[in-house]
Amino acid sequence: MKFYIALLVMGILTQNFTLSKFLGICPFLGVSKKLNTALGMSAAVIFVMLLSTAATYPLNILLQKCGLEYLQTIVFILVIAALVQMVEIIMKKYMKPLYNSLGIYLPLITTNCAVLGVVILNIDNITGYAAYGFGFGHAMVNSFAAGAGFMLAMVLFAGVRSRLEAADIPKGLQGLPITLIAASIVSLSFLGFSGIVEGMGLM
Amino acid sequence: MTDIIIAVAIVAGIGILAGFLLAVLSKVMAVPVDEKAAEIEEILPGANCGSCGFSGCSGYAAALSSGKTTETGLCNPGGNEVSQKIAEIMGLSAGTVTPMTAVVRCAGTPDKAQNKLDYDGVQSCQMASQLFGGPKSCSYGCLGLGDCARACPYDAIMLCDGVAVVSPEMCRACKKCVAVCPKHIITLMPKGQLTAAVLCVNHDKGAKTRKDCTVGCIGCMKCVKACPNGAVKVENFTASVDNMKCTACGACAEQCPTGAISVLKLG
Repeated sequence: MKFYIALLVMGILTQNFTLSKFLGICPFLGVSKKLNTALGMSAAVIFVMLLSTAATYPLNILLQKCGLEYLQTIVFILVIAALVQMVEIIMKKYMKPLYNSLGIYLPLITTNCAVLGVVILNIDNITGYAAYGFGFGHAMVNSFAAGAGFMLAMVLFAGVRSRLEAADIPKGLQGLPITLIAASIVSLSFLGFSGIVEGMGLM
Repeated sequence: MTDIIIAVAIVAGIGILAGFLLAVLSKVMAVPVDEKAAEIEEILPGANCGSCGFSGCSGYAAALSSGKTTETGLCNPGGNEVSQKIAEIMGLSAGTVTPMTAVVRCAGTPDKAQNKLDYDGVQSCQMASQLFGGPKSCSYGCLGLGDCARACPYDAIMLCDGVAVVSPEMCRACKKCVAVCPKHIITLMPKGQLTAAVLCVNHDKGAKTRKDCTVGCIGCMKCVKACPNGAVKVENFTASVDNMKCTACGACAEQCPTGAISVLKLG
């Protein structure tokens, strides 16, 4: 139980995917202009992360049995892309309102590095956290925490960006440069969380 | 050698499986697309301005094809041409669109309107109006920082001498500027029709208006008395002209002591 909480705290705060691992930067910069689109995008990311972890975890066992671990990246990309497309088709048919609100973001996530990142890190964690018995349940919790961390970063940054809209910014820094500077300051602030997992005695 | 064959077989197998599943799913789960709506959406200008009263062009197209509305003439930017094309697709009689154009109801250029403060902040009307209602002494006037010009999808608004001016030839009456103006001084008027217009919306009393701006409407009622058709009325110290009654005789413009009324043809 302790380890599950530790995984959640790590995924959301100390090892935030966007702000300390620098994964998923392009949706982080692209879709964080408004709060509701940021929420929609991160909800879709959480969903896809959970789904792709569930699909790739057993697939990895197959790869290991054949001694083909080096094919991880290409197989996972293939599976995630196909999976997202399938989900999109099914959603369009049966969950029209959800499709209308998430639909535009789903194709964007297909080749999102954060999704591939969480899947591959989950596989690495099996050996990395072998002492804690890292298994399928842990992998799912870890994926959810990574997605929730992405959502937290997106929502926080959407707030920062709505302030930037109104600020008087020097010409040379307008647009992407000031956004990147703001992003770096937000990510610096997340350094303040480092060590709380050990401090709380969770690991 | 067998290693490579196994690797290739696994990747190819997963790829083929995924492709096959996707192909089957896209056939089985195909959602019928509303062809008429798609066709109408193609015709509509695609500015998503919302002047038809629906949520963007796709909203209007969906409402038309599903029979929620039978009015084909709601698209201002598209005009009569689009109205006729929609009518052809839907088999309805084409509604006529009165061509409209946006008008900025302020003529207070810096030589005519007084300033109460020097504004040196963010160059946006929205921001400037939050500081004591903007730099102009007249709290109703055009701030001239160009929020409307930036909002215009057709480049129809220019800033001439510190006041926004709409070019009627380019304006498609999409109302984006109307929505964005913090002073609410942009209105729609019929295009290509000679009419008298009051280019001022100042509701202050006459004495204050005179101090603030030399071309402001002071609500003196002279135009109301001069008009032979009863088309002009003064409410809250501001005159306004009823376009339906106005015959563009020019009597009001002659009498106006400040020149706030003029007879003009838009477009």
